[in-house]
Amino acid sequence: MKLSPAWLRDFVDLPIDYRRLADELTLAGVAVEGISGEGESTAYEMEITTNRPDAMNHYGVAREASALYDLPLKAIEPKLPAAQGKSDVTIDIQEPELCPRFTAREIRNATIKPSPSNIASRLQLLDQRPISNAVDATNYVLWESGKPTHVFDLDLLEGRRLVIRKAREGETLKTLDGVERKLTPEDLVVADAVKAVGLAGVMGGFDTMITEKTRNILIESAWWDPVTVRHMSKRHGLHTDASHRFERGADFESTVLSTNRVAELILTSGGGTLVGDVIDVVARKLDLAPVELDLREVYRILGEKLSTLEINRILTRLGFTLTAGSEDRYLVQIPSWRLDVEREIDIIEEIARLHGYDKFANTLPAYSGEVVEVADAQKDARLRSSLLALGYSETISLTFISKDDAKRFSTAAELDLENPISDEASVMRTSMVPGMLNMLAYNLNRGTDNVRLFEAGKVFEASGEKSVELKRIAMGATGNVNAEVVHGLAPGAAARPLSFFDLKGDVEQLLAPFAHWTFYFDSQTADYYHPGRSARAVMDGAMVAQFGQIHPEVAAARKLKQDVFVAEIYLDRLYQHDLEAVRYEPLPRFPAVERDFSFIFDDAVAFDKIRQAVDDLEIEELRSFAPVEIFRGDKVGAGKYSILMRAKLQSRERTLRDDEVAQWSAQITKALETLGGVQRA
Amino acid sequence: MPYTVPKLTNFSAAALDSAVRELLSALEQESAMVASENDWKIYRDRWMARKNGVLTQLNDLWLKAAPGPSKKEVGQRVNELKGKVEHTVEATLARIQSGASSGKLAAERLDITLPGIRRPLGAEHPVIKTMNEIVSVFRNLGYSVEEGPEIETDYYNFEALNFPPNHPARDTQDTLFIVGQESKVLRDRLLLRTHTSPVQIRTMEKMKPPVRVVCPGKVHRNDAPDATHSPIFHQVEGLAVDTDITFCDLKGTLDHAMKALFGSSVKTRFYPSFFPFTEPSADVQISCIFCGGKGTRDGGPCRNCKASGWIELLGCGMVDPNVYGFVDYDPAKVSGFAFGMGVERIAILKYGVDDIQLFFNGDVRFLEQFG
Ligand SMILES: [Zn+2]
Repeated sequence: MKLSPAWLRDFVDLPIDYRRLADELTLAGVAVEGISGEGESTAYEMEITTNRPDAMNHYGVAREASALYDLPLKAIEPKLPAAQGKSDVTIDIQEPELCPRFTAREIRNATIKPSPSNIASRLQLLDQRPISNAVDATNYVLWESGKPTHVFDLDLLEGRRLVIRKAREGETLKTLDGVERKLTPEDLVVADAVKAVGLAGVMGGFDTMITEKTRNILIESAWWDPVTVRHMSKRHGLHTDASHRFERGADFESTVLSTNRVAELILTSGGGTLVGDVIDVVARKLDLAPVELDLREVYRILGEKLSTLEINRILTRLGFTLTAGSEDRYLVQIPSWRLDVEREIDIIEEIARLHGYDKFANTLPAYSGEVVEVADAQKDARLRSSLLALGYSETISLTFISKDDAKRFSTAAELDLENPISDEASVMRTSMVPGMLNMLAYNLNRGTDNVRLFEAGKVFEASGEKSVELKRIAMGATGNVNAEVVHGLAPGAAARPLSFFDLKGDVEQLLAPFAHWTFYFDSQTADYYHPGRSARAVMDGAMVAQFGQIHPEVAAARKLKQDVFVAEIYLDRLYQHDLEAVRYEPLPRFPAVERDFSFIFDDAVAFDKIRQAVDDLEIEELRSFAPVEIFRGDKVGAGKYSILMRAKLQSRERTLRDDEVAQWSAQITKALETLGGVQRA
Repeated sequence: MPYTVPKLTNFSAAALDSAVRELLSALEQESAMVASENDWKIYRDRWMARKNGVLTQLNDLWLKAAPGPSKKEVGQRVNELKGKVEHTVEATLARIQSGASSGKLAAERLDITLPGIRRPLGAEHPVIKTMNEIVSVFRNLGYSVEEGPEIETDYYNFEALNFPPNHPARDTQDTLFIVGQESKVLRDRLLLRTHTSPVQIRTMEKMKPPVRVVCPGKVHRNDAPDATHSPIFHQVEGLAVDTDITFCDLKGTLDHAMKALFGSSVKTRFYPSFFPFTEPSADVQISCIFCGGKGTRDGGPCRNCKASGWIELLGCGMVDPNVYGFVDYDPAKVSGFAFGMGVERIAILKYGVDDIQLFFNGDVRFLEQFG
């Protein structure tokens, strides 16, 4: 919205230049976002907040300036010739709740022609296209004082009467923009004796508009119910300068003044005669209740004592009337253009903004309350720092996925968006996997082949009438491990393709700090994972993570050109577990003994079974039993594998004897043989 | 020129010091030349052989030659030297036996200018990093952290924040709605929260004053993605309510926070704005961190602040009494302030990012810059 600072000078004698004025208006809450042009053709780009329709015009901004600089504000006083005769136009308000006031005035024998240059150029400066003197008069008044008005060709109104009523079912109205609109009884219209001639507060009718042939004019200035105007504007997709103001609340008392001002402008440029008095029908009075202002409350909220003199001056310049009451109390009468001011706090804001926010001191409040941690903050932080240390970069992806992805990657009931941004983003994500796959693909498509990413976020599920938000972490990895390492730089230094076990190791590291009774991995994973290269982690009976290589068909469908690995951590379940409390354990004082076991097993014997068999021996001194080397190949035979395992034995009380160690080794060997293992020579 | 034990004529302390220094330096130098066991045997005999070894010579040339009054001191020195020679000869043997001969070490020399083997570290996301920084500023001021749901009801996102039904202020929020809500009353309808302000309401519902919280989180708007718009972004909301919190406290708190985030030379400027849930409401600008608030940089207008010297950063205000009505606080007894800032906006400023989409596509080339 543009305003002309030169126009402001019609109403207040501003002693300062336009740049400084712009700055100071902004600091008082009438924001000037930009300045263009120079001298008389300087234009301000305004950003008036939605609560201040009164400042969306020159007079309103001039009033702000008058309060800001403590200067008098010149009233708008139309000079009209004496009216002749009586107007026989009648106004019939059938909806007094929605149209409490309707004002009209008749002009006869005016000439419709282009506006005089002073009017036209002011409108042009605001990017308003001059149309004709009568139409421009209404537009000029809108930008001058903020009151939307309308002019009819009186001869095209049937019955010389205007009726304010609900539209009839099936009624239509061609609005000024040439669009034929279907009306419903939800619409409020201005009608003549026969038909609708305007959509109340939104736009006038095409068939009764001013044309070159118009001679006789009826001026309309009404007050419309804000909610009704807002509904009509939305329903018809018609946002106009008029609806913008009416739906924010117009000045109830300005209907007569604005009618007369339009009349004055038309008569000045187009001649003609004024017929009869102004017709002012008030169906219901709109009174703004006075507000009590207690200066102690001003101090309590703002924190600084302002002088009574200053408070009086500010409020009076803004059009408020103060009546002193007992002690520090005042009764404040609200001006009709300030529908936003209803309470004491609203008046305190007026005082604060014109005093100048920056004049208030900067202080820090004392505080006696306690600081409370978010429940899972420590767990979140632990996982995040581990993920970063493991080489996963942190990401944020869109919270929305496509319907197809929601079905493919989850069985949960999803929440769809009413007004989605696109089909690809029409469902609240039920899984973090599609977003992760998209980010991996994004990198692969741009030549970044070695990628490790994670995202901590929420998935969303419908649960009856409610939504459920579940915290998740998704990890994604593809490409090589040690991708940057110079091959041959150190013994074994080389890049190698990322494997399932790299991801499993990372998942193990992440889950390790969480206290639990039982913990195992199995292969019951979702079907978008490679069935042989994926696992789920089960802690105390609940799946806390699943991970692995993405199913080749899923990868192909998403045009992923290399193997990708994904992990999902179900934080809602994992966080049922506390972080393991750290307790110091005395360091061992006696030496450990290591024994190696080299066996060949059938592939069917998973390492978990081997470990279980050894655990079942319940050898207290067995500190660890871990695989050291795995080998498959011709020497071992098909369907078999060779495994070297190392047992570490240690006592807290004494040095172990050779015969004890030998006995335990024999026990272990026997257990392994019972599983079908064949000891290698 | 190999070392030979000099005949001493001057037995002053300074002369003895100098002679000892010379001997020890020779001992070390010759030790360094020893590369094999054979070398070492020669070295050992030269210094320690009973017949004509350096130590033996010391006895003859220094101790015996010393005049009576100096005998004691020279004796002490020769004894010390004996210890040092024996130690060095032993250490030399240990060295060559360990294989650390200078020749071998030379052969093991690496080109230390080759790149090291790095274990890649993950990079923090600039938005989350920035969000954590903001939160930590307020934690240091005694604020607790609160979180809330991303799918909210109309009640928490609008109504309890004093956005009445049909209020034009709702239009500015570009809300994304969940389908199938028509059968519910308006306040129960689900939508994606458009700001983190609902957490204010949820906090006040469960807590009595005094309250001091910051609420970081993700918010959504119906904005098609482009360089300056994103349907998701992040905010940090703050709320302080107590018996005597004033507008001056609001100003002081945010002035402090901006200085903590952007440096102590940053100035703040407050001017009136409108938010339904605060009154008085304010927008806060900081002096431009690029041009130091001058409005000009490198001889031209500063692009970052459009030559104004100020950058708009956040919205705030005193909590509107109507809001207290929704959470059963007595507006006559308590007062407070709320503020909210866009994290992406601050991250964009701090890092000079020119396209907001870079935050959300997971591009490693972008993310790694923040590692
Ligand atoms: Zn600047």
